[in-house]
Amino acid sequence: MTNKTLLNVSDLRMQFGGLVAVNGVNLRVEEGQIVSIIGPNGAGKTTVFNCLSGFYTPTSGVVEFMGEEIQKLPDFKISLKGMVRTFQHVRLFNEMTVVENLLVAQHRHSNTNLLSGLFNTPAYKKSEERAMHRARYWLDKVGLTDVANREAGNLSYGQQRRLEIARCMVTEPKLLLLDEPAAGLNPKETKDLDNLIVSLKEDYHVSVLLIEHDMNLVMGISDNIYVINQGTPLASGTPEEIKGNPDVIKAYLGEV
Amino acid sequence: MKSNFSHAVFTAIITFIVSFPLLGLNLVTGGTSMSIEGAGPTTWMYIGAAVAIVFFFQLFRDQFTGLFRHIPKPSFNTGYQSLEPAKKAKVENWFTFAIILIALVWPFMVSRGSIDLATLVLIYVMLGLGLNIVVGLAGLLDLGYVAFYAVGAYSYALLSLYYDISFWLALPIAGIMAALFGFLLGFPVLRLRGDYLAIVTLGFGEIIRIFLLNATSLTGGPNGIGGIDKPTLFGMEFGRRVKEEGNTLFHEVMGISYDSTYKVIFLYLLALILVVITVFVIRRLVRMPVGRAWEALREDEIACRSLGMNRTVIKLSAFTIGAAFAGFAGCFFAARQGFISPESFTFIESAIILAIVVLGGMGSQMGVILAAIAMTVLPELAREFQEYRMLMFGLMMVLMMVWRPQGLLPSKRPHLELADDK
Ligand SMILES: Nc1ncnc2c1ncn2[C@@H]1O[C@H](COP(=O)(O)OP(=O)(O)OP(=O)(O)O)[C@@H](O)[C@H]1O
Ligand SMILES: [Mg+2]
Repeated sequence: MTNKTLLNVSDLRMQFGGLVAVNGVNLRVEEGQIVSIIGPNGAGKTTVFNCLSGFYTPTSGVVEFMGEEIQKLPDFKISLKGMVRTFQHVRLFNEMTVVENLLVAQHRHSNTNLLSGLFNTPAYKKSEERAMHRARYWLDKVGLTDVANREAGNLSYGQQRRLEIARCMVTEPKLLLLDEPAAGLNPKETKDLDNLIVSLKEDYHVSVLLIEHDMNLVMGISDNIYVINQGTPLASGTPEEIKGNPDVIKAYLGEV
Repeated sequence: MKSNFSHAVFTAIITFIVSFPLLGLNLVTGGTSMSIEGAGPTTWMYIGAAVAIVFFFQLFRDQFTGLFRHIPKPSFNTGYQSLEPAKKAKVENWFTFAIILIALVWPFMVSRGSIDLATLVLIYVMLGLGLNIVVGLAGLLDLGYVAFYAVGAYSYALLSLYYDISFWLALPIAGIMAALFGFLLGFPVLRLRGDYLAIVTLGFGEIIRIFLLNATSLTGGPNGIGGIDKPTLFGMEFGRRVKEEGNTLFHEVMGISYDSTYKVIFLYLLALILVVITVFVIRRLVRMPVGRAWEALREDEIACRSLGMNRTVIKLSAFTIGAAFAGFAGCFFAARQGFISPESFTFIESAIILAIVVLGGMGSQMGVILAAIAMTVLPELAREFQEYRMLMFGLMMVLMMVWRPQGLLPSKRPHLELADDK
């Protein structure tokens, strides 16, 4: 495993009026790692994602992605740099077909020159073919080839979750932020998801930052875990360390 | 029922509060002073009636809307929807081909007035298709679209007036000018959302018109610009006598006697060509990355941002390209009329074009074409009802919303073949 740091977050703070949703969070993701953020409901996990991906501008703190400070960049630029996220509540283009969802996501790789598109130049054709090829590849990978021409909104929940991940993958990201990808999945789908995430890391060298409530999944695949409680960091370490940490157990039991 | 009652009382009181000072009180000027007087008994009766109507309508609102829902819907099911995509594409291609063929032959068989009307329809088709990009595809509510139409028309009129530039050279310039205005307006306002965007574009449309009205030395103000040259066909003019040095006359070249119908037919065919080009260009655009991005942005802006799409650029491209088509339409309009004035570019034009888009089904090209025909031809057929035009217009829109909110022909998703490699 290489030891190059992909994402380094220090002293992240996000305040909404009087509410401090995130308070002094530090994170580090090395290349090729799967890192998880866990914590009770309302702990501020999604807010951390929103800060990292540029949807919120953090009140203070530094977010370094591949050695570059990005906390002030607009969301789409962060995505272009190779940090791409999914959403806790799936956000697909519901009225577009499954393939189209994947084609749209490749906007950054597409030949967007109007004239070459209108005249269907060879370069344009090639770019479109490549996009279609990549879409087909990922549809196959996540098992959605059969429903490729269906409207995304008509898919089952599990399929929608997988499509959302595929849609991130066609952008060829370096770091994938997954917000509760297993929520609402049945045990078999969760197992598939587990395999998929591991495969993304092993076969595609994508690092993953994961928010998840499913402890089996988290403990099974994470290299490192951060625990947040009420916006403040509570603990961090390997799955074994976290399992045995009395503070973590208390925070979770106190919640339930 | 109880909440309905209190709601009804509330709205009745509001109605009274609003209507009382407006209708129930009169300002009377006596010499230099003004005094307030109460209105006569009839006005009071009207106010009372209005309050009562609002009260009872709100009280029995559920029953009314229930009634409304039971208006029988005409059936639109033609079996077309259930066709396979490949067959559908074939049917559509034949359909398009047949329509173009009919449109080509048709002017030689009907009266001059009909051709003239058809040319007008074609202008509205072009405008509808252009606005359809902005509203139907990109989901940006533009209420000032007519401004770009005006820019196109005045571009040609002024170029022709001051620099004697021909229609054919002015056509691309008008498109570019309109696109430029679209770009300049879009840049600051596309950050705004929904309603705000609608209001700003509405204001922009009026600003352009008022500017044209007041820049008298340049545009002739309310008197407009006349004597704009008609388009020529390879240097052939369609008038009785040559207007421009070096041009020839169509009927002389062809060796036939002069007939003013030739000009009308020529203008019609020219408009037809412009529309066909517009249709094909837009068809390609929606299948291109930029078209996909427009649709995606309309569906979920947040998801687009998360995928690295710059929404300002994408919206701006829709706005600019849509404006360009209005510019072409405007240039043709100026050439056909030979005379333009700000009066042709009032808000009601924007409203009509928008109605065409909504009626046609947001995003659907064939729908827009049908709607443009309906919106232009129906009022002509029912000339006696001229005064009720707006009323019919409103009624049509309401019925449309009840029966078929997705428009006459809902937009058809370009289907992407996943070449079967199983
Ligand atoms: N835009 C916002 N404005 C105000 N408060 C917000 C905003 N976004 C999040 N919050 C608040 O921040 C806190 C943390 O919310 P967040 O969604 O990050 O929690 P979470 O850890 O993702 O919870 P869950 O596990 O339920 O998804 C909550 O109290 C929430 O109400
Ligand atoms: Mg959350």
